[in-house]
Amino acid sequence: MNANRLPYLLILPVTLFLCLFFLYPFIQVASQAFTGSDGFSLSNFENVFSDWKFPISLKNTLLLAAAVVPVQLGLALLMATMVNRMQKGRDLVLYVWTIPLGISDLAAGIIWLAIFEQSGFLNSMMQGLGFIDRPTTLLSYKNMGLVFLAIALAEIWRATAIMLVILVAGIGLIPKEYYEAAEVFGASPWKRFLRITLPLLRPSLQTALVLRVILAFEIFAVVAALGGTLFPVLMGETYAYQFERLNSGGAAAIALVILGISIAFTLVILRILRVPKGAQI
Amino acid sequence: MSTVTLTNTSTSNAGKWVYRSAVLLLCAWVLVPIYLLFVNTLSSPEAVNSFPKSFTPAFDTESLEFFLGFSGMLNALLNSVYVAAITMVMSIVIGAPAGYALSRFDFRGKELFRMLILLTRAFPLPLLALPLAVMFIEVGLDDSILGLALVHTTLAIPFAVLITFSLFSGIPVELEEASWTLGCTRLSGFRHVVLPLILPGITASAIFAFVISWNEVFAAAVLTIENRTLTAFLLQNLDTSPLHLKFAGGFILVVPALIFIFAVRKYLFAMWGIANR
Repeated sequence: MNANRLPYLLILPVTLFLCLFFLYPFIQVASQAFTGSDGFSLSNFENVFSDWKFPISLKNTLLLAAAVVPVQLGLALLMATMVNRMQKGRDLVLYVWTIPLGISDLAAGIIWLAIFEQSGFLNSMMQGLGFIDRPTTLLSYKNMGLVFLAIALAEIWRATAIMLVILVAGIGLIPKEYYEAAEVFGASPWKRFLRITLPLLRPSLQTALVLRVILAFEIFAVVAALGGTLFPVLMGETYAYQFERLNSGGAAAIALVILGISIAFTLVILRILRVPKGAQI
Repeated sequence: MSTVTLTNTSTSNAGKWVYRSAVLLLCAWVLVPIYLLFVNTLSSPEAVNSFPKSFTPAFDTESLEFFLGFSGMLNALLNSVYVAAITMVMSIVIGAPAGYALSRFDFRGKELFRMLILLTRAFPLPLLALPLAVMFIEVGLDDSILGLALVHTTLAIPFAVLITFSLFSGIPVELEEASWTLGCTRLSGFRHVVLPLILPGITASAIFAFVISWNEVFAAAVLTIENRTLTAFLLQNLDTSPLHLKFAGGFILVVPALIFIFAVRKYLFAMWGIANR
């Protein structure tokens, strides 16, 4: 075997696979979105944008991401720094905190449904504490704030773990000497966090945020389980266009909108958290 | 002097106390919702639909029996296992060689290749199920286990490549070189030296691929009609199915995930540490 050709032979399967199942469908979806009844047209987009449900689902998706991602970032940073100084029980605590990593969004939605449904645990607890006499319907159009809260809580509960894993791995890469030096100079734990952990964690923060924000725009099953049709989101609209309205051009157009938002936010995050050349560990 | 020491210990004691209760609180935040799902699953359908709820399980298996007896459910469960198993095998067989190439060789286009892999992570991949549904109809893969497994492999492959890349990088190339001087070829050296060392890690990333497929909802719902997977089946019946069916379904979804995360917990952080660089 020629040693020069071996690496190319080894990456050939993945490259072929991704061309066939990633690049090709991507081009398909793009061309389908821009194709009307006679060639190139923006009619799919006009169609989708003029639908009354589109602005609502766009607003809901963005609001949810704006509410969920910062909380997750803060929580993951807190958990990661807590784990970092832990001596006893670190493995056990990390296992417990990463459990939601293996739980699907649908299952997470169902889990929080157990708490928020009418005969659920929240109502049972409120009654046990004497706040209410009869169970009230919590997840209805009359309580849109509560629907939003339930979905946001389920998302925070489920998807903080992926950020935690990335951040814990990133903190592990920071040399311990930096902290020791800072301690010698009398830096408080808070100062050490601000001046050492945060700046050196930038690459991990980048990865974590990009991954999380993209997943936040893909939110679908949690909403389906908790809000149903009460709370339209973009991914759910894509599904509805494809299967209920049987309009795959419209579905492709919304898919491109989601893709566009994802790419825009990815670029913004990469720009804000860019690591200056030569500053990598 | 003594008073200063005293206040110091008392504040650090208070700090420790706050720290410990915060850790416990965050553990409870993760575990209590799962516990409540277990309570619901292990109660009879009547108890699930009644009010107020008991906060302790009755260990009644009626809900689970109802779930398993529900028409089409067992089939969906089996489909989920098949799809996840095929995804697991394909993503490792296709992904691991690339991980090896990235860790051992410097070649032209390496950066471009890495970019392609990283790029896939920056895309809402389940959306690709829409055009693939059309493509699969043309080639006769529509509504098939293999077709869905191909899409799930696309989801899992970037992770498989990056994880195996980091695993192979953890094995010194000198070990391999030593085996060549002792008369091994590249292939036999790989089989006798690298493979035994890498196998646990490969298993972990295979399990990770399994979980990705097992949990995936959108593509599964788009691509299967008759051959629904468990997630697709549950999603489709969300509006109509009774509560105890939903909770039992959620339970069945969660349990394998709990076990699998436990199995791969050691590798989770090593996987991500290197993927960041």
